[in-house]
Amino acid sequence: MEKIFKRCQSLYDLPTHYCPGCGHGLAHRLVAEVVDELDIREKTIGIAPVGCAVVAYDYWNFDCSEAAHGRALAVATAIKRVHPQNVVFTYQGDGDLAAIGTNETIHAANRGENLSVVFINNAVYGMTGGQLAPTTLLGQKTSTSIEGREKKAHGYPLKISEMLALLPGVCYVERVSLESPAQVLKAKRAIKQAFENQINNLGFSLVEILSSCPTYWGLSAKESLDWIRDVMQKEFPLGRIK
Amino acid sequence: MKILISGNEAIAQGAIQAGCGFYAGYPITPQNELIAYMAKQMPRQGVFIQAESELAAINMVYGACAAGARAMTSSSSPGISLMQEGISYIAGAQLPAVIVNIMRGGPGLGNIAPAQSDYFQATRGGGHGDYHLIVLAPGSVQEAYDLTQVSFELADKYRIPVMILGDGILGQMMEPVQLSVKKIKANTFKKWALTGCQGRKPNIVKSFFLREGALEEANLKLQKNYEIIRKKEERFEGLFLSDAKVVLVAYGTMARIAKSVISRLRLAGQKVGLIRPISLWPFPQKPFNLKNKKVKYLVLEMSYGQMLEDVKLAVCGRQKVEFLGRSGGGVLSEEQIINKVKKIL
Amino acid sequence: MAKIIIDQNKCKGCLLCVNFCPKGLIKKSVKLSKQGLNFVEFDANGDCIGCMQCAVICPDCCIEVYKE
Repeated sequence: MEKIFKRCQSLYDLPTHYCPGCGHGLAHRLVAEVVDELDIREKTIGIAPVGCAVVAYDYWNFDCSEAAHGRALAVATAIKRVHPQNVVFTYQGDGDLAAIGTNETIHAANRGENLSVVFINNAVYGMTGGQLAPTTLLGQKTSTSIEGREKKAHGYPLKISEMLALLPGVCYVERVSLESPAQVLKAKRAIKQAFENQINNLGFSLVEILSSCPTYWGLSAKESLDWIRDVMQKEFPLGRIK
Repeated sequence: MKILISGNEAIAQGAIQAGCGFYAGYPITPQNELIAYMAKQMPRQGVFIQAESELAAINMVYGACAAGARAMTSSSSPGISLMQEGISYIAGAQLPAVIVNIMRGGPGLGNIAPAQSDYFQATRGGGHGDYHLIVLAPGSVQEAYDLTQVSFELADKYRIPVMILGDGILGQMMEPVQLSVKKIKANTFKKWALTGCQGRKPNIVKSFFLREGALEEANLKLQKNYEIIRKKEERFEGLFLSDAKVVLVAYGTMARIAKSVISRLRLAGQKVGLIRPISLWPFPQKPFNLKNKKVKYLVLEMSYGQMLEDVKLAVCGRQKVEFLGRSGGGVLSEEQIINKVKKIL
Repeated sequence: MAKIIIDQNKCKGCLLCVNFCPKGLIKKSVKLSKQGLNFVEFDANGDCIGCMQCAVICPDCCIEVYKE
C-alpha cells in the first residue's frame, strides 16, 4: 500500500507540549506542510510568539527567532528587510498580535511589509491561565472576566483583521477555522496563499485562524470544535476579508 | 579628510564607516540629527526605517542582528527607557547591537538639555536580568566617530550589545573630525544568524530556556563572557596622575570641562589630575590604584552621583572620594569646580 | 483498501479522530500511554476507505494513512 499521509519534513517528529485537542498542533503542521509544498524550507525564517506557542521553534525544521511579547512584526520587518529573498512569517496569538503588539501589527501592515502572518485566535490567553483576550466573546467567562465579558467593563471582541484590511499596504486577509477536516484544509490553502503572496512580493498577508483551547474553554476537544462552528464563527465570520 | 560635523552626525558617519547594514530609530531631541543623517546615508548601503516607536525600533534591531546584519538604533533618555525590554532580549540572545543614548534631563519627560543621569540605566541594567552592555563614553566629536566604529567591532567580537553614552552637548556641538580612509563592507554571515537553513541545521535565536538548569547554564555563559570583557576592554585616559593631590574623575562632556579646570589650576601651580573613564562598563579599575594614600578624588557628573558609586568601588576605601554634581539640564561651571577643588585641597 | 497506523506514544487521547471517522473504526483504548493518557486504537479489520479525515484533524500528527 502507498503511504498517502505522513508527517512532513518541516515538522520535527516530536511530541508537543500542547493540550489534547489544542489547535496549535494543527496550525504548526499546516505551516510546515505549506513550507514543504512550496519547497521553501531552506529559505524560511519563522518568528514565534509569546504564548503557548513560545516554543514553536522546537517543532519546526527551519530557522526561527523568538520575539518579545507583541514585537514579532517589528522583528520580522527587520529580518525581511535585511534578507528580502527569504520567506519570513510570524505566528502569533490574540494577545501577541492584538493586545500588546497592536502598534507593531498595525504599522508593519501599514508599511505594507512583504510578510505572512499566521494569527491564531482562540479567544483567550492560554499560556498564563485563561485570561480575557481582545477577541474573547461577550459573555465568555475567563479568569479575568469572571462573570463573563461585558461591554462596559471590557469592551467588545476586537476585529483586528477587519481593521487591518482597511490599510492599502495589506494585500490579503482571510479568516478560517479548524473546526473540521474540511475547514482545516481550507485553512491550509489560506496559509499557502499568504506565503505565495510574499514570494510574489504582493505585500502584507494575514490569515486569522479560529482555533480551540479546550482547557480554558472548559470543553472537550470535540465540543471545542463545535463551539468554534456554532458560536465563535458567528462573531468572527469566516471568509476572505480582503 | 577632515570635516566639520556635529557629534550626532559623527556617530552616524562612524556607523556608516563600520558597515552598518540596518538602522531603525524614532525622532527625539537632542539626537534628531543622527536619525536624519541615517535617513540620507543608510539607504546607500543598507536599510533605514523610521519605526513607529522606540519600542518597535529596538525590536527591529533585534531582528536585524538576528539576521546577521550590523544594526544600530539611537535615542535619548526617555526613548532608551522604552527600549530596555528589547535590550534585555538582545543581551539574553547574545546579539551584537549598537545602541546610542544622547542623554537629556530627566526623570520623566524632563527637558532637552544635556545630562549624565542615565549612567545607572546604562551600567546597572535598565532592563531585567543579570546582563551587561559594554558602555563607551566619547569625550569629543572625533572620539564619538572613532568609538562608534569600535562599538561594532566589540559587539561582533563578544556577541554583546554596546551602548554609546553621549549627551546633548556632545551630540549637537560641531568639531573637526578626521575621517577614516577605509570603509568596511560588513557581511551578514555569522554561523549562528538566521539566513535560511540551506546546507546546515536550523538556527534558533532566543533568550528563553525553559528546561531545568538550561537558563542557569545560559547565564553562566554570559557571565564568563563578561569576565573576559572586564579583563580586556577597560578604556580610560589618565592625566597628571603621577603627582596629583586631587584627581578629578569625569566622563564625556564633563571631562572637557574638567580638562579646562586642570589647565587653569596647573598654571596656578595646583597639582590636579584627571581620570577620564572611556569605558563605563567595564569600569576601569587600573587607574584608581594610585599609590599616594593622601590623594583625594573629586567625581564630577551632570547627575547627583551615579558614576560616583563605581569610583568608590574602584577606590575601595583606600582614599577619600568627594563629589560635585548638577543635573536636570544644569552644567557645572569651571568656577564651581575650582571652588570645590580649593575646599578639598 | 486502506489502513492507518497510529503513533500511540504521541497520541494525547483528544478523540477528535474518533469523532470524525465516517466508518467508526477508531476507538478510545482502555490502555494508557507513557504520559498516562488513553490513546486511540484502529480496527484493522474494518473497511477503512483512506479518507484521511482522522489524519487531517489530528493535532499531534499521530496518524499515517495507507491506501492501495
